[in-house]
Amino acid sequence: MTASPQLRAPAYDVERVRGDFPLLARTVRGGRPLVYLDSGATSQKPRQVLDAEREFYERHNAAVHRGAHLLAEEATDAYEDARAKVAGFVGAAPDEIVFTKNATEGINLVAYALSNAATAGEATRRFRVGPGDEVVVTEMEHHANLLPWQQLCQRTGATLRWFELTNDGRLDLSNLDTLINDRTRVVAFVQQSNILGTVNPVQTLVRRAREVGALVLLDSCQSVPHSSVDVHELDADFMVFSGHKMCGPTGIGVLWGRPELLETMPPFLTGGSMIETVHMEASTFAPAPQRFEAGTPMVAQAVGLAAAVDYLDEVGMDVVAAHERDLTAYTLDAFEEVDGVRVIGPTDMVDRGGAVSFAVQGIHPHDVGQVLDDLGIAVRVGHHCAWPVCRRYAVAATTRASFYLYNTQEEIDTLVAGVRHAQRFFG
Amino acid sequence: MQLESLYQEIILDHYRNPHHSGLREPYDAQVHHVNPTCGDEVTLRVKLAGDTVADVSYDSLGCSISQASTSVLTDLVIGKPVDRAMSVSEEFLRLMQSRGRTEPDEDVLEDAVAFVGVAKYPARIKCALLAWMAWRDATAQALVAAGTNNLRETT
Repeated sequence: MTASPQLRAPAYDVERVRGDFPLLARTVRGGRPLVYLDSGATSQKPRQVLDAEREFYERHNAAVHRGAHLLAEEATDAYEDARAKVAGFVGAAPDEIVFTKNATEGINLVAYALSNAATAGEATRRFRVGPGDEVVVTEMEHHANLLPWQQLCQRTGATLRWFELTNDGRLDLSNLDTLINDRTRVVAFVQQSNILGTVNPVQTLVRRAREVGALVLLDSCQSVPHSSVDVHELDADFMVFSGHKMCGPTGIGVLWGRPELLETMPPFLTGGSMIETVHMEASTFAPAPQRFEAGTPMVAQAVGLAAAVDYLDEVGMDVVAAHERDLTAYTLDAFEEVDGVRVIGPTDMVDRGGAVSFAVQGIHPHDVGQVLDDLGIAVRVGHHCAWPVCRRYAVAATTRASFYLYNTQEEIDTLVAGVRHAQRFFG
Repeated sequence: MQLESLYQEIILDHYRNPHHSGLREPYDAQVHHVNPTCGDEVTLRVKLAGDTVADVSYDSLGCSISQASTSVLTDLVIGKPVDRAMSVSEEFLRLMQSRGRTEPDEDVLEDAVAFVGVAKYPARIKCALLAWMAWRDATAQALVAAGTNNLRETT
């Protein structure tokens, strides 16, 4: 007799989930099944998301926030419902959510708003950055959360500073109290590293930033898709994430901001849809979030993203996180058995997410990736838009396997066998 | 398996035992080129003797394709008149842009014909071209420097 099944928690049915993703059923090079281990770059999309976008175009398509016709009303409702849905997913209120074209734009929106504050009147004083001020980032930022701040500092004369990394792939916070100081105006950092997998201690950094009155921006592109994230728990001032990494469409990203900040922050892009009154001499702006959404927005993509949120909610973010945790632990264990493979990033499961970067001794990542591709395995090779991290760990590039709710242990077995095959091929 | 058509034995041989590697004196021009998608880089020097490519030396970091391509390049251009070496590089460029649909001219390209398989993988073309672009750049600079010197001598 086996234990009665109703007493156990229902097992996660990964095959059922895979069935929702049409692309995962295709074959690649030489008719091999696809092993997609590149969700850190972009995730695949379930049929539910594709259907939602199609239905919007087939039934409700119209420009939003204007026009007196029925379609305009339906499209506006669909867009605003999507905003509310996405807000709920991260514990925010709808008006705190700004849709952008991607997360990169969201970060640029804030960085440019800060430099625009120089000429935007007294009400925006809080956002001004200039000579003598400091902006703090980390050495593990994606270029998207590094270059906007570098550029902001160049435009305004502020100074960019950064936390360095420890040998085991974590932030070196030994100088926390001096690096974040009274001159610090902004602290911008990644919640979970896209290249190392490291989950950063948000609370510690936020607490210190609060002590000195600095604004905090979180790059949550690699955390919102993979675990339950609540903006109030994190207590940052701004947070960005992208739609396409969380089963949603490309072309849409999300900026969350504290309402009192969004209320006074000057706009980044200007034009239609973001105005209150317009005269030839000057204009006034709409309240947030419209003030930050100039031009015709990405309505169908917002609808698709809302469907992605529904999808993830139905699976359950805790279930997603647990599944990825199993896969990551399994991968780290498996790589430990392979001579010549070095994981770049934490090698234990403490504060660690499902992106595993590795170097194979004597074989360039491009060549590793090519051999894996030949076996049907899609991984990312290169510097992962985090070039300073590669420099820090003295590698030109890495190979990265990144997981999502649809990956299986068998796929990781295929990956590990593929790495061994590459070692034989180039050995 | 398609892997062997990409990584032909000639490529793997050059990769394992690269020819003319290391940076040497004297040189007329030195350039540093990078492949921004993967961080591969090459520092390459050119020495001309009149109209002839006297030496090409390099220090590079990269995948097997880029390493082998650099090695093959030096074999093909060292000792050749600059204009003939340039036309070899143009033939190689054509091969890389062919998507694998043209028959490479073995008389011109010699070992470089092995890169025909690379042209079928768009992501790898830049790897194969890195050193060639660096060599063209360095040679152009060396020619400009030589022209300036000649001008100085005649005035």
